[in-house]
Amino acid sequence: MSQSVSTTSNEVKKPWRFYIFVFLAPATFIYTVFAIYPIIESLRLSLYQAGDDEGVFVGLANYARLVSEPYWAEQFWNAFKNNVLLFAMHMLIQNPIALALAALLSVPTLRGAATYRTIFFLPTLLSVVVVGFIWQLILSPLWGVTPAFMNWIGMGSFFKPWLGLESSALITVTLISIWQYVGIPLMLFYAALLNVPEETIEAARIDGLNGWWIFWKVKLPLILPSLGLVGILTYIGNFTASFDLIYSIQGGLAGPNYSTDVMGTFLFRTFFGFQAQLGDVHMGATVASALFFIILIGVSLYLFGVQRRLQRYDS
Amino acid sequence: MLIRERISSVGIHLILIAYSLLALFPLGLVVINSLKSKKAIFRDPVGMPIGDAFSWKGYDSVLTNSDFPMYFGNSLIVTCVSLFFILLFGAMASHALSEYRFRGDTFIGLYLILGIMVPIRLGTVALLQLIVDLNLANTLTALILVYTAQGLPIAIFIFTEFLRSVSREIKDSARIDGLSEYRIFFEVVIPLVRPVIATVAVFSMIPIWNDLWFPLILSPGDETRTVTLGVQQFIGQYTVNWGAVLASLSVAILPVLIMYIIFSKHLIRGITSGAVKG
Repeated sequence: MSQSVSTTSNEVKKPWRFYIFVFLAPATFIYTVFAIYPIIESLRLSLYQAGDDEGVFVGLANYARLVSEPYWAEQFWNAFKNNVLLFAMHMLIQNPIALALAALLSVPTLRGAATYRTIFFLPTLLSVVVVGFIWQLILSPLWGVTPAFMNWIGMGSFFKPWLGLESSALITVTLISIWQYVGIPLMLFYAALLNVPEETIEAARIDGLNGWWIFWKVKLPLILPSLGLVGILTYIGNFTASFDLIYSIQGGLAGPNYSTDVMGTFLFRTFFGFQAQLGDVHMGATVASALFFIILIGVSLYLFGVQRRLQRYDS
Repeated sequence: MLIRERISSVGIHLILIAYSLLALFPLGLVVINSLKSKKAIFRDPVGMPIGDAFSWKGYDSVLTNSDFPMYFGNSLIVTCVSLFFILLFGAMASHALSEYRFRGDTFIGLYLILGIMVPIRLGTVALLQLIVDLNLANTLTALILVYTAQGLPIAIFIFTEFLRSVSREIKDSARIDGLSEYRIFFEVVIPLVRPVIATVAVFSMIPIWNDLWFPLILSPGDETRTVTLGVQQFIGQYTVNWGAVLASLSVAILPVLIMYIIFSKHLIRGITSGAVKG
């Protein structure tokens, strides 16, 4: 993206080519007004508190309240902790499953790989609301599908209404999310595995390595860049998109007792208010901006740390 | 050696089939039970909707006694119009970025794809104020504008990468023929990008159709509800009518399923070719 093309047909310098403006203006305008401006304006709002018309400038006071004033800090750190847990569980459960399935799919002699691929990716396309309700129904003690299934495999006594228990709600929601989204890392790993040159694998085979060792010693180091990409996509998704799932399964209060609260639901409650609590534009903007910096840190670490190191492996 | 390979191939298929069942079972369960009577849903959840177990009642109450058809229309309008603008404006900007050299081209190129990494949701607080100030709250226009802004970065990224790889001879010969820059875009570039249009379309469409956040915040009114928000609210009201709940879920799944069957080749090709470059 960064390097510009040097061989241009319009080498002769023209002072003002109106058509370039015409081509760029609509996209730049809509994107600036409805994507970039609101983010910058939210950052600005986070530095003010309600007062007269324009609000009162308070510097970083809102951020200080967010992380230290008991009412806010309790919710903020709880949501932050849950988000970190969510991210860790996706990295430790979802991505290894995706890698394993991708490794099996990329076995060259495998028949029907395209069909499996299509099926595995299907849940990813569905609305989180739909997926959330489907699993809510399936796990519901009312319907009895899950208890019946567990009786059938002889583990009936282990059934509990997992989504309703404080101790198991977050992990259950995470597993639902993994069920839905495992397709994305799966595809990225799969594509990377297909790109491993045939000669490299052949050379390893001649050296006497079997399939398992070829995967660990040859293929895995070569697909490390896609591991980095999957990591950062998981990171961004967990901090922003997790709202939809939690809100549709557990509601805006992220129950039971806030045990599934994430930054998205916290932002929603702060901004719009809930029960007796009134909505607060400035604290809402502060939560959103805190989220902005959390994501910025992740993306920077990825761009300047992980990706650079991985590229060295790659070459 | 051959026997060992045969055994491991059977093992691989067993694992993959097991996971396929895990992926399909919940969806199948919902669709099957949506066609059954309430009694049958509870008596035998995994039974087929045949004989006296079959009932159309769930769909009947969703399609005739609710606003679902209208929600459907809303989602369709929002998705199609946003998609049109994303594709048109995205292709125009990508053409400018890949074809011409001008002052600030690198900067504008980076600026326009920044949105891939920075989710637009983070600006929600100010965005709602802006939409209210523009008198667009509770309109489909608000959603269309926001989704267009949200979809442009990834569209521009994919289009630009693609256009840079296309030979410029065709465009240059069109210039020699005396075509204006605008006609070159519409008559030469648009047909050129056709292979990636499907990829960009599917990538942009799915998040728009499935989004809950912006419909909930920008247009929660009854007249402007999308399917996703409609399902969410509908299920909240009708928790006792299981047939209707299951039918509404099936109705929400179907269009995505049909699109997927038509476009899955493009989608998977798009992910497997473009995204790995990261």
